This record gives sequence, structure tokens and C-alpha cells, in this order.
Amino acid sequence: MKIGLRQWVASGSPWIWLNGAAVAVCVFMVIGILLLIAVRGLGHFWPSDILLAQYQIKDRSSRIIGEIVDREQVDAQQLRDAGFVIENQIDSLPRVLLKVGNRDVTGTDFIWVLGEQLRQIQYATYLFAMERREWGNFYGILHAVNESGQPVATNIDDGDAVVWQVLKSRIARALEIREQIHTIESQTIGAINYGLEQLRLRTRELQLENRLTAVESALIDEQRHAYQEQYADLQEQLVILYTSVERDSLVAETMDGRSVEIKLSKVVRAYRPNTMSWLDKVIFYFNKLHEFITEEPREANTEGGIFPAIFGTVMMVLLMSVLVTPFGVIAAVYLREYARQGTLNRLIRISVNNLAGVPSIVYGVFGLGFFIYFLGGNIDQLFFPEALPAPTFGTPGLLWASLTLALLTVPVVIVATEEGLSRIPRSFREASLALGATKAETLWRVVLPMSTPAIMTGVILAVARAAGEVAPLMLVGVVKLAPSLPVDGNYPFFHLDRKFMHLGFHIYDVGFQSPNVEAARPLVYATALLLVVIIALLNFSAVAIRNRLREKYKTLEN
Amino acid sequence: MSPTRQPKISIKTTERCLQPLVLSQETIAVEVKDLNLYYGDKQALNCINMSIPRHRVTAFIGPSGCGKSTLLRCFNRMNDLVDLCQVRGIISLEGKDIYDRKVDVAELRRRVGMVFQKPNPFPKSVYENVAYGLRIQGIRKKHVIDEAVEWALRSAALWDEVKDRLQESALGLSGGQQQRLVIARSIAVKPAVLLLDEPASALDPISTLKIEQLIHELKDRFTIVIVTHNMQQAARVSDYTAFMYMGDLIEFGSTDDLFTNPHKKQTEDYITGRYG
Repeated sequence: MKIGLRQWVASGSPWIWLNGAAVAVCVFMVIGILLLIAVRGLGHFWPSDILLAQYQIKDRSSRIIGEIVDREQVDAQQLRDAGFVIENQIDSLPRVLLKVGNRDVTGTDFIWVLGEQLRQIQYATYLFAMERREWGNFYGILHAVNESGQPVATNIDDGDAVVWQVLKSRIARALEIREQIHTIESQTIGAINYGLEQLRLRTRELQLENRLTAVESALIDEQRHAYQEQYADLQEQLVILYTSVERDSLVAETMDGRSVEIKLSKVVRAYRPNTMSWLDKVIFYFNKLHEFITEEPREANTEGGIFPAIFGTVMMVLLMSVLVTPFGVIAAVYLREYARQGTLNRLIRISVNNLAGVPSIVYGVFGLGFFIYFLGGNIDQLFFPEALPAPTFGTPGLLWASLTLALLTVPVVIVATEEGLSRIPRSFREASLALGATKAETLWRVVLPMSTPAIMTGVILAVARAAGEVAPLMLVGVVKLAPSLPVDGNYPFFHLDRKFMHLGFHIYDVGFQSPNVEAARPLVYATALLLVVIIALLNFSAVAIRNRLREKYKTLEN
Repeated sequence: MSPTRQPKISIKTTERCLQPLVLSQETIAVEVKDLNLYYGDKQALNCINMSIPRHRVTAFIGPSGCGKSTLLRCFNRMNDLVDLCQVRGIISLEGKDIYDRKVDVAELRRRVGMVFQKPNPFPKSVYENVAYGLRIQGIRKKHVIDEAVEWALRSAALWDEVKDRLQESALGLSGGQQQRLVIARSIAVKPAVLLLDEPASALDPISTLKIEQLIHELKDRFTIVIVTHNMQQAARVSDYTAFMYMGDLIEFGSTDDLFTNPHKKQTEDYITGRYG
């Protein structure tokens, strides 16, 4: 059967096809973005094999050890201009990016080399890589393990395998001690410092109010003394632990033949990817991924994990939701149910809708000016005079960031809630009113519960917007490295005045403010992927809650 | 209200107002005197005078748009919710004008319950639906509410059907059950008057029958006013019937009298179906 073009257009099929195509393009783009950042980001944690080769430039040959990170084709003319001798018929040559590490020895982590300059490529089993707490990765050949400067195992006397085993066990020991040190430093000493600070503030407060009596003073001194004694004890423990962790070291040879001694206290992990089986690599990969998600960052955020940023993002979004919901709902109820539907009301509604279009950095400036300087400054004057001139709330922090974002997203919640309120059938309101309920009771007991799905829709949209927002946060509370999380074991447990880390800002910081761009690049992708995943998780949980509410309040259609 | 919104009240000649039927043998629950109602400029009720007897069923019949629902909604001041609606005249419930300034509307609505055309249980459990009016009144004691809920459900002839599913959603009940639940919800607060606005029009014949039986049982305890466009239903359930047309109360009298011996031509035309 043949259909004329005109008929085909009239049937609406072209539009359906067009819509289908548009949807397909969108889906492809989304999947493409996710795939790109996933591939770029997640590949970073895979242990690549270490390559050993002779690097031939003209007549000079040197040894090179490293892992291949990237490959590209480079234009031959460009190379000729740079002084390479290349035959005329060749248009382009392969070039590889090698991560050679040893920044402390050679000064650079990465080098580009032409593929053809690498000769005698081999993946020797004795090559090893090491993650360190400073100076990035180390690649080289292990020679010996020392204890207090004296060798306990060398590869000449004991063989390669033995040295490796000794190294492994000694690294495990060092890590265990470091863990103890970390616990003491961050938790116990943290708590003592917090206690001492509280005592100082208490003294200052009493002084300001002229109530510092001798009795009080003695009491505080006594407590302070107790803290200081505790501190001295811990300090002693720490000294012992530090000497103990510094005991072992390893001796290794770098690619240019230099021999270096590295303290095991600086080592995070050592591995020999060339000997690892596929399963070992998978385990290694997931360990690294786990570390990325649960650990704190190291080395100016280019190594280690991003847990504080994840925590900060989630905390901020949750706090923002808690703040924005009552704001938005109350405003919507007033606009829809109580305010007279006139010009003023319409004007307010237009303004609210337009608020959603204000650039977010403007909200940041407003937050800084109003919340932090004005509100926070006054709160400090009124409630925390003892801490002045150091600000408590008069400085960027989690609370102000959440409030600023709540302000940014409140139009969305208002619009969604109004929509929900207008959809409640009149019969329910009348039923409630006819039973002797006042308007407020009807709202509170019937209308608002039935609008919760719509309110949740608003919150979902608010969360989606707030979680991705970075610009205003830079003004009102986000920092590149926060010394402590906004929630910890010290009373009152939630420290909303603290600055925090955020995934979005972390991406910016790692990607553009990092001293080591090549090392940071995969982390940018990995962090971006994580941000997307977290926003998706936050949204999915909100959607799940909404769907449950919908089920609960679904009214009989018709 | 701005003066421009004042409707032009056309003063009706007194002879157009039907004088209330003297019901000497009945106690009067609700008395309507010279009631005029306007939606903006449009007059919807013209000078209504009637007396609604206590513990009897009074039915309002008439074609669509005749004002019978509007009149019913005057009794619990539901018309207050309608913008630009104005009521002139007096409706007294047990001797007190309900349109008096001092009247607490919420309190009035507790004494004048209402059931709507479409069953509208809240999306809560069966129990919570019936307890709603009590909770609004601030009653917290569980045993008081338990008793009231059971009493209301028994009175609405629903107890046996729902006693095992009190905590389940009321939306799972059938349409007829939902309407009886709504009636139970209304009588749980023990109102003096129960207004039924076409309570069976959305229901199947069996459910309709049950509602009608229920009305019979409830009239010993409540004054019932029912709006219906089903004349057979009015004849079956009511003691008194009012026929309305175009905002006028044409005839009001005992149901038997009105259906067997209508005094007005319009009434006769309507009940014999000659009138469309």
C-alpha cells in the first residue's frame, strides 16, 4: 500500500519519528557523557603494567621505567620543527605519555616519548611501584629493606622474593602504627583541643560578664590541667610511635640508576603489577576505589580519597532540603490559600518565578552579605562574644551555604507546592469543613498531607539543582581542604558553623588549581562521576519517598 | 466588599413569597425566613420561606439548577466558601439565626452535618475517617473515640462490613460503603441536622437501597434534609417534600400530599414527568 506524502504528514507519523529521534539523541548524549567520565575516571584505579625500556634519543640511550597512561598521534611536521629527523613520507607518529613518578628525584611525574624511541621494551617482574604520602608514585627496582639503617634483607643475599615479602610485612606494620597515630591525633587529641578551646571560651565569657570568681577560675584551671596531663601522656605515646614508624626503610634504584632510601612511614602501598594476576588486579582495583570513596585526600587533593567532599555535599543537600521545605510550603500555602488573588498576588508569583532565574553567584553574594556578615556577625555579637574577634557564625560555613541554597531553590518548591494544592479536589476540603474543621485544620489535616507528593516533587527538583551548584558555595562555605568534618564526636556533634568540602568545588580545585595536572586529570573524571552518582542517589531516594506517598494518598480517579 | 459588587436587590412583592406551611403537629428544627441568595448580580434563591420539622426527612426536589443544592448549602453556610455569594434573610437553627455575626461557623457545621453527592472519604484509614470530626473537636481519649467510631459505624449500618478492616484505607471500600462511611463520619460528631446532597446519585441500585434504609433508621435521631432529583426516592424516604423551580419554592408540604394532590400546576407537571 502506498501512502502519499501529504497523507503521511497528515497522519502525524513524521512528528512521532521526529520526537523519537530527539529522545534518542538525548539518551545517547547522556549515556555518552556518563561513559566518557566513567572510562576516563574509573580507569585510573587499574594497576597498569610497568614498562622497562631503553630510551633512544639520537646516539644517547637511557633507561626508562614507568607506566603508559595515554597514547596519541603527533604530526610529523611538528616533530621536524622540534628538531627530530623524520623521513618525508611519514605524516604522523605515535607518542605515549609515560608516568615515571619519582618526582623527588627527577622533578617530573610524566614524560611524553615517541613510540619509536623506546627500544627493548620489557615488563620485568622485579619492577615495583609504590604509592607514597608525598612526592607521588615511585617506580624502580627494589634492592634492600633496612631496619634502623642496617639491611635486614637484600636481593643479592636473600633473593628477590624474600626482600619483597619482608617489605610487604614491614609496610603492613608501618601502616598499622600510622593508623594508631592517626587515631590519637585526630580523635583523642582533637577532643582535648576542643575541650581546651571550650574552657578558654568559658573563661572569656565569664570575664566578659564579670562573673569570673576565684572558685570558677580554680575549677577551670583544674579541668585544663587534667586535659594538659592527658595531652602530655598522649604526646609521649606519639613520640614512641613516631620513632617506631620511622624505623624501617627501603633501598631502591630509580630508572637513571640512582639509589634512594625511602622511609616506610611514607609508603601507602607497594605493588608489582607485572606479577599480578587478573584477579589480583581486580582486588587491587576495588581497594583503590574503596580508598577513593572512604579516605581523606592527600597531596593537595591529587591523591587519596574524597570522603570529606562526599560527606560535605550530602550534608549540605540534606540540610538544604530540611530548610527549604517549610519555607516553600508555608509561602505556597499563603499564596494559594490565604492571600487575595489579585494583582499583588500575581506580582509576587511572577517575582518568585523570576527568582529561579537569578544567576546563582548572585545568591552567593547575597548569602555572604546578608547571612554571613549581617546575620552571622550579629549572632556572634549576641551569643558568642567570648570567641571574638575570631568569628563563629560570622564566617562562611555549612549552615550559611545550606541557607543560601535553600533560598536559591525555594521558588521551585513554592511552584510545585502551589500546583499540588490546586490539585486537591474541592470535595475533600468541603468534607473537612462540613465536619466543623476550620480552614487551618483542613489544610493541616487533609490538604497538606494529600499534597505531600507534590511537595516532594519540589524537593526533588530543589535537590537536583542544589547538589550541582558550586559558584555560590565558593562564597559561603566551601573550602578546598577542610580540617574536620561538620559532624564529629565532640558535643554538640553537628558543627554547622564549620567550613566543608564539596564535590563540585573539588572537581574545580583538582582540575584547575592543582600543581600536578596530569596526575589530577583522572581524579577530575572520577569525582565528576561520583557527583553524578550521588545526585542520582539523592534523587532516587526522594523519588522513592514520593512514590510511597503517592500510593498512600492516591484518590480514586474519576 | 466594595460597594460596586453589591447586587441590585429587587424587592419582591410579598405575595410572591410563599408563606411557610404551618406544621402545627411538628417541632421545628430549622426555620427559613425571606431568604434571598445572590451569586454576584445573579439571584439564585428568591424569597424562600419554609420550616423544616425536627426528626423528620425533608426532601428538596426540582429540575437541575433550581437552587435546591444552593438552599441546602445555606443550612451549614457552605456557600460562604463561594466568592461573591451573598445571603439575605434569616435561617434559624433551634431559634438562633445562623447568619448572625457572632456565630462560629465551624461550631455550626458541627451541628449541621453534610454528605455530598460523590463519596469523599479522606485518604486515611476507615477508623481515622470516622474519628476525624472528633479529633477536630480536640478529643484525645482513645476509648471515647473508639466508642464513638463504633457507634457511628453501627448507626450507618457499616460496622459489620468494616469492623475487621478499620485500619485499612477507606479508599479500598466500594462506592456504597464509602458513602455510608461518609454518613458515619458526619453523624459521629452527633449533629442536630444532617444534610444529604443527592447522596445516592453516584451509587448502584443496591447501594441506593441501603442508603435509603439508613435514612429511615437515622430519622429518629436526626433531622434530615435530602436533595434528590429522583422523585421516587423522595417519595420513598421523605416525610415532607419541597418542590423548587428557578430559585423559587413552589410548593412545600407533606410528601403524600404533594405527590398525590399537588396544589400547583408546576408541581403537578414536574411529578407527572410532563415537564422537562
